[in-house]
Amino acid sequence: MQTVIAGRETTATERIAARRHLLDLDDWRPDELLAVMTRAEAMLRVCQRADKLETLRGQVLVNLFYENSTRTRVSFELAGRRLGADITNVNASASSVAKGESLIDTAKTLQALGTGIFVIRSGQSGAADLLARHVSGTVINAGDGWHAHPSQALLDLFTLRRHLGNLAGRRVVIVGDILHSRVARSNVWSLTAMGAQVVLCGPPTLLPAAARALYAERPVPGIELTRCVTVESCLERALAGADAVMVLRLQRERQQAGLLPSLREYTARWGLTPERLRLARPGAPVLHPGPMNEGVEIDAAVAHGAASVIEEQVSNGVAVRMAVLDLLAGKEARA
Amino acid sequence: MQHHLLPGDAVVLHAERILDPSQRLDGPGAALLLDGRIAAIGEREAVERRLAELHLPPERLRTIRLAEREILAPGFVDLHTHLREPGFEAKETIASGAAAAAHGGFTTLCCMPNTQPVLDSRAALEYVRSAARDVPARVRPIAAITKGESGLELSEMAELVETGAVAFSDDGRPVHSSRLMRLALTYAAPLGVPVVEHCQDEELVGAGVMNEGHIATLLGLPGWPAAGEDVMLARDLALVRLTGARYHAAHLSTAGAVELIRQAKREGLPVTAEVTPHHLLLTESWVAGERTGPLAEALAEMGVALPAGERYDTAAKVNPPLRTAADCAALLAGLRDGTIDAIATDHAPHTWQDKACEFGEAAFGISGLETALAALLALVHTQRLDLATLIAALTARPAAAWGLDAGTLAPGASADLVVFAPDETWTVDPEQFASRGKNTPLAGITLRGRVRQTWLGGASVYDAAE
Repeated sequence: MQTVIAGRETTATERIAARRHLLDLDDWRPDELLAVMTRAEAMLRVCQRADKLETLRGQVLVNLFYENSTRTRVSFELAGRRLGADITNVNASASSVAKGESLIDTAKTLQALGTGIFVIRSGQSGAADLLARHVSGTVINAGDGWHAHPSQALLDLFTLRRHLGNLAGRRVVIVGDILHSRVARSNVWSLTAMGAQVVLCGPPTLLPAAARALYAERPVPGIELTRCVTVESCLERALAGADAVMVLRLQRERQQAGLLPSLREYTARWGLTPERLRLARPGAPVLHPGPMNEGVEIDAAVAHGAASVIEEQVSNGVAVRMAVLDLLAGKEARA
Repeated sequence: MQHHLLPGDAVVLHAERILDPSQRLDGPGAALLLDGRIAAIGEREAVERRLAELHLPPERLRTIRLAEREILAPGFVDLHTHLREPGFEAKETIASGAAAAAHGGFTTLCCMPNTQPVLDSRAALEYVRSAARDVPARVRPIAAITKGESGLELSEMAELVETGAVAFSDDGRPVHSSRLMRLALTYAAPLGVPVVEHCQDEELVGAGVMNEGHIATLLGLPGWPAAGEDVMLARDLALVRLTGARYHAAHLSTAGAVELIRQAKREGLPVTAEVTPHHLLLTESWVAGERTGPLAEALAEMGVALPAGERYDTAAKVNPPLRTAADCAALLAGLRDGTIDAIATDHAPHTWQDKACEFGEAAFGISGLETALAALLALVHTQRLDLATLIAALTARPAAAWGLDAGTLAPGASADLVVFAPDETWTVDPEQFASRGKNTPLAGITLRGRVRQTWLGGASVYDAAE
């Protein structure tokens, strides 16, 4: 990463523009994350005014989705439109991709058609990295396998900061199927970069081994802060004194694959109920990336209760994605 | 310079160093090649006396003095090669694979049966024999343990041995049924060839595509735990104890597997084992583009800078997967103390398309014949391994493990040999490979040590000077 231009320190905004892609947040510095937050605040005001900007005018943005996801696709689509981009959606599971066309061939074709911004969602970890190596435009990872979902983590960070302010020293519990969760993986990078303590909680069969050591070995770039991640399979212990709770969707296939004895036992041990939520600090916000299985990982009373910020996450998502698109591919970034 | 020899022509090679562990030969000397065989080898005077006895007219004798520092050794013996033919000729053919072997100093290749059709019939083995007739390496087929590598019924093992099978394996897949594996060992025992297992508990490994551990967690890739290898090997060793049959463990990758083989040998079980260059040299971090482990450390000590890798590098996707530095260390210790008999390449060529895709979709395998020696020599240059041990693991020891007539320059042996320059540096460029498989994680890396010449049956089949 270039940190000096013409003898002066680069700004966070310049460094984000130099990245060109949003693949994951593992190497993002706190000041860069804050620059996204600041831009997202401005974008949120644009949204609230029902206004539009022109920063992506003339650019073609393709939503290249190998997995179905209405909410993420619509969120990127609205974000792109508000910035003036031309948008195309490619449902890759129903196109020539299903006939064996490779990701690289598809990307080259879309590039030849004028695409400058690729928003990709794939069931394969590393799909966005692969795409970024083969196209000249901007690649935004809208979720790849179990690996990363950085725009989700940025909107989670934005939402948390609106409720908690500075996250340094705050205890954020992520509960659910951590092992298979790209949302959890990306959130670990951004939350720990902001100084939060992350507690990963879930059934032992759905937790990665040695997560604490793994993240401790990878300090936050720029400030060399040691990342603080702990693993706790008991939800009550995890929630004690928590400042925020992030609940993950439980895929029903996990039970069929034998990773769980039953959904009943999962809900009994790891479902977020009003009683359990009382173990957290008063007012601790509850997040969920959606879509929810109410009554499985989250009780309806929590999902729709006072602590829930789940709908706010969705509306913040558009502003945060606008900020990301603008910082990576907007007029200023291309100047 | 091709050496078109006539019957009765002789060649004398003078070398600063002849290294043949099968005869404990290590020093300056000469080798006399006559009628495709080694007629004499050793001290120059002794070889010259033998030559004088032949009373050859001068035009029937060629004398070649190898360059300074060049080493003459027996041609390498690879117990584990995928030649892909018949069926997957876009990846490799018997001819292109043999050419790759010649470039890499290998003169004997034991080819794996996971072709299409599978090498499970006399007809398939005869096809391989005929396709291999004029190629620059000796091709010795390994036949499938079970028909179609289906794991259901034994192949016609007795007939397959008669047709030239040197071993049995369902490589790429383990024999899942313990009962069938027991029967295979029992049936193969009197045939005098080993049963070779690809140790992988398929249920435990599941959809794993890389070593289970830190890097898999970071990259969000399904893990292939080391226990998946250890469990299968432990089962097999119990079956070897039951049947007393010859057993060979392919491509060991875990510290646990090395220890299991060590114990089995101590107990006197008839087992042998191999390790690949990549499992000795590279770690799981290569998948993330972070180059750690013995090769990276050795090259750093040698002052060679490694180019940056890429995340989700499909060139580093191999089965069994690259593991940890601790596994590499255990494999090297096993090689040094003799627990591991052979270094085998598991040369697994693939097309560009097979690898130019998402990591989870990419084919497993590394094209290894042409980089094996140079990569392994990094261990020698940095005093991690001595040269005689390395060459023995590429020649005499694999030959002894399977009872192959190869891997030696003893008088009377076929004149299959390699000449290499241990200090010549070169940069790996897969586009220059003779193999159709350009899939190597070593692309762009500068290595020290290069094959200069390869001879097969007394004839030159590769000469780097040409």
